[in-house]
Amino acid sequence: MNDHATIIEWTSICDIDDIVPDTGVCALLDDEQVAVFRIGAGDFYAIDNVDPVSEAAVLSRGLVGSLTERIVVASPIHKQHFDLRTGECLEAPEYSVRTWQVRRQGSTLQIRRGDA
Amino acid sequence: MTMKLVVIGNGMVGHKLLEELSALRPLGLDITVLCEEGRPAYDRVHLSEFFSGKSEYDLSLVTPGFFDQPGMHLRLATRAVRIDRAIKRVTTADGEIIPYDKLVLAMGSTPFVPSIPGNDRPGCLVYRTLDDLGALAGWGARSTHGVVVGGGLLGLECAKALRDLGLETHVVEFAPRLMAVQVDDIGGQILRRTIEALGLTVHTGKNTVEIVDGETARHRMKFADGGYLETDLIVFSAGIRPRDELARQSELGVGERGGIMVDNFCRTRDRDVYAIGECALWGGKLFGLVAPGYEMARVVASHLHALLTRKQSSGLPEFAGADMSTKLKLMGVDVASIGDAHGATPGSRSYQFSDGRRQVYKKLVVSEDGKRLLGGVLVGDAAEYGTLLQMMINGLELPEAPESLILPASGGGAAPGLAIDALPATAQICSCNNVTKGQLCEAVIAGATSIGALQAATRAGTTCGGCVPLVTQIMKAQMKRQGLVVNHSLCEHFAYSRQELYHLVRVERIRRFDDLLARHGTGLGCDICKPTVASILASCWNEFVLQQEHVSLQDSNDYFLANIQKDGTYSVVPRMPGGEVTPDGLIVVGQIAKKYGLYTKLTGGQRVDMFGARLEQLPLIWEELIAAGFESGHAYGKSLRTVKSCVGSTWCRYGVQDSVGTAIDLEHRYKGLRSPHKLKFGVSGCARECAEAQGKDVGVIATEKGWNLYVCGNGGMKPRHAELLAGDLDTATLIRYIDRFLMFYIRTADRLQRTSAWRDNLEGGMDYLRDVIVNDRLGIVAELEAEMRHVVDTYECEWKRAVSDPAVRRRFHHFVNSDAGDERVVFVPERGQIRPAAPTERRRRHERIPVVVETE
Repeated sequence: MNDHATIIEWTSICDIDDIVPDTGVCALLDDEQVAVFRIGAGDFYAIDNVDPVSEAAVLSRGLVGSLTERIVVASPIHKQHFDLRTGECLEAPEYSVRTWQVRRQGSTLQIRRGDA
Repeated sequence: MTMKLVVIGNGMVGHKLLEELSALRPLGLDITVLCEEGRPAYDRVHLSEFFSGKSEYDLSLVTPGFFDQPGMHLRLATRAVRIDRAIKRVTTADGEIIPYDKLVLAMGSTPFVPSIPGNDRPGCLVYRTLDDLGALAGWGARSTHGVVVGGGLLGLECAKALRDLGLETHVVEFAPRLMAVQVDDIGGQILRRTIEALGLTVHTGKNTVEIVDGETARHRMKFADGGYLETDLIVFSAGIRPRDELARQSELGVGERGGIMVDNFCRTRDRDVYAIGECALWGGKLFGLVAPGYEMARVVASHLHALLTRKQSSGLPEFAGADMSTKLKLMGVDVASIGDAHGATPGSRSYQFSDGRRQVYKKLVVSEDGKRLLGGVLVGDAAEYGTLLQMMINGLELPEAPESLILPASGGGAAPGLAIDALPATAQICSCNNVTKGQLCEAVIAGATSIGALQAATRAGTTCGGCVPLVTQIMKAQMKRQGLVVNHSLCEHFAYSRQELYHLVRVERIRRFDDLLARHGTGLGCDICKPTVASILASCWNEFVLQQEHVSLQDSNDYFLANIQKDGTYSVVPRMPGGEVTPDGLIVVGQIAKKYGLYTKLTGGQRVDMFGARLEQLPLIWEELIAAGFESGHAYGKSLRTVKSCVGSTWCRYGVQDSVGTAIDLEHRYKGLRSPHKLKFGVSGCARECAEAQGKDVGVIATEKGWNLYVCGNGGMKPRHAELLAGDLDTATLIRYIDRFLMFYIRTADRLQRTSAWRDNLEGGMDYLRDVIVNDRLGIVAELEAEMRHVVDTYECEWKRAVSDPAVRRRFHHFVNSDAGDERVVFVPERGQIRPAAPTERRRRHERIPVVVETE
């Protein structure tokens, strides 16, 4: 906890208004792709952008919605659902993805690794 | 012990026997099949469809690998000429001798050719086998006039084939009316008028006495009344005669008018020889329909199986005769005959209804006490066939006023249907595949709660399809009994069907998903309801799909107005209406594809598809396409795709109408229309049907007088021919009917339901649809046309709007925080173009990078 070296810095990626409510965008962080979603006016979630089923970098382009209590995105390739809070693939948990942390600084959106 | 079974004949019935035996999988059965024709079993019932586009392959009844099963030997082009019963051997025309333990005769019939002098002239043909059809097509190409001798069921089928070949077609019938066996005088008249309205000429009461050289055509047919008719070809279709010559030769017992006599197990007088199908005579009767033949095949299969497994033969199924009721569609006209159609039963009474405007005739024959149905005739509209047939077969009590069964519903009340619950469990619902009500109910209990699942489980309704409405009713009734709700909810967010949501949107004039969700739904929505509602909103109000309020509802394809591919790149399809494109247009498409390194391929819908475009390239590509005059092709949308056309009368020697011009007009009219699923059209300039319009949702085929409109066909996983909705329309009427048809579909279909599946689920089927579209039964056609006019008038090219809208354009970047492209997209060359790299190829490339770094 106190070891400074393990704390990864937050990275600003875009303005909040760059994301249309209830859609996603893709951010480049070093050489990793992160899908960042805006649900309604002010809830944000981030998961890996690469769909592990098709290996295409497309999750940011999926339709978001809810399934019972979960908030999910559907892959545009074969429609598997990924839980935006946990990264779990509902249809095939072995294909689950990582989540990333998101925060607002004013009107700027920042992300960092979920395990930081 | 091995049993050597020889089956002579591989027609529909002979093959059914093999299928039944194969399904029982008896051990020790060695089957040799002698097939006279050069090809194995095919569907003779739908033979005339050979001329409306079905191939030999489509008609084949043999599943791949069927004859490769162990113990199954097929001899094609092998004719049996002799049976030696004493030593149990069959001799073939080549002199080969084949021993048997059991023998099944399934040789079918031959066409009956009346003994008229000149009946063997070149160009005098018959109509039974695919070879006959080949000969007919050959002669047809060299003829302009054709005559069918015989106005029965087969004769009229054949007349349709001649018409499909583009010949001026006449039907010559000896009896005073068409289909003399099945229908009565009035029914025959209505049938005749309808067929003549389709451009055929009917001659009844004509006895042909001689065929000689003609003056204006190849032949002249001379009639007993002194008249004559000239024609280039003649097809005899005046009935069939059982093929019983082998039985006569081997003294098996043959009826006075032909047919091999059999008992209830279909055995001949020789216990080791069976006869089934059209060559068999049971109870003094021949059966010229396929369903009784199939029943005989099942009887023999279980009898043979019982012998092999040494089971008692008591309790085995027996052939008990068959109901000869028939329903068929002749050139788009429904004709049905049930039981005692002529009222031959002493004391029987009849009820008749005729509608001269719609050319419909219906007759019921009921018992003396008015309690039981004995028979009936339906011409022009046979919607009640299934109900009436079940009432007759099961002896159900008729309603107080039996006429209500055939009278059109008045004042909005539905005609009394069949009380499904009154049917006994043993009632046979599907006669083609022998499926009873009890079996259907069991399958529903076992979980088959959709019509597709029920068909897969029982095979009911998979042959002629006539029983599907009844099967559906039985399924629903059974589900209701089990307390299963037929759940129409679209998804967990809306407890409404798509049709109900459509009405809510229209009636409450809802324009936003959020409003609809707030008023009628729960949760956030999902990838099911969002695109569905987006489509409904677009169908109703036609606002730009990418404007702020709608954009989050769109599936990836609609969101980026392109088709996403497996690697996350997109394909681009500019509209080429009717498949017409200028040389300059083609050059521009080629230049753009070259510039952006895209893979190009022609689509089935007559246009060019460009693959491999990255997100950020899409607006740039479209700017160039728009500058060259192209518009969005909507290949990405659940909307009108293409209107395929043949070249038509402008260039083609055979074309009778301008199919390209009409296709272009239709494509421009309906482009951009959002619908429950994709829509494909076709327009053919003559009956040769080169645009394959009958495989489309909307198919238009030129006639001498105008256009025939076919609807609800499709290709794909379950191909389906479109059906005739209306004939000989002028162009204005054609467009009005298509407007109404499309809007009615958009109003009432389920999500992702193609028109063919939608039509299957419409109670009343095509007759009901015709009533709604043509006769305005629901009084809504003015509304439907107005709704379509709104969509047509508010069309705009989505891509033109998208490239000029900065807010929309901003979204066409792979990264929100970088101008870089997606480096995971990797192509490799193949046949001079690109293709997506396979995952292994992509990983190899990624692994190579550090190696390169080291060497530097």
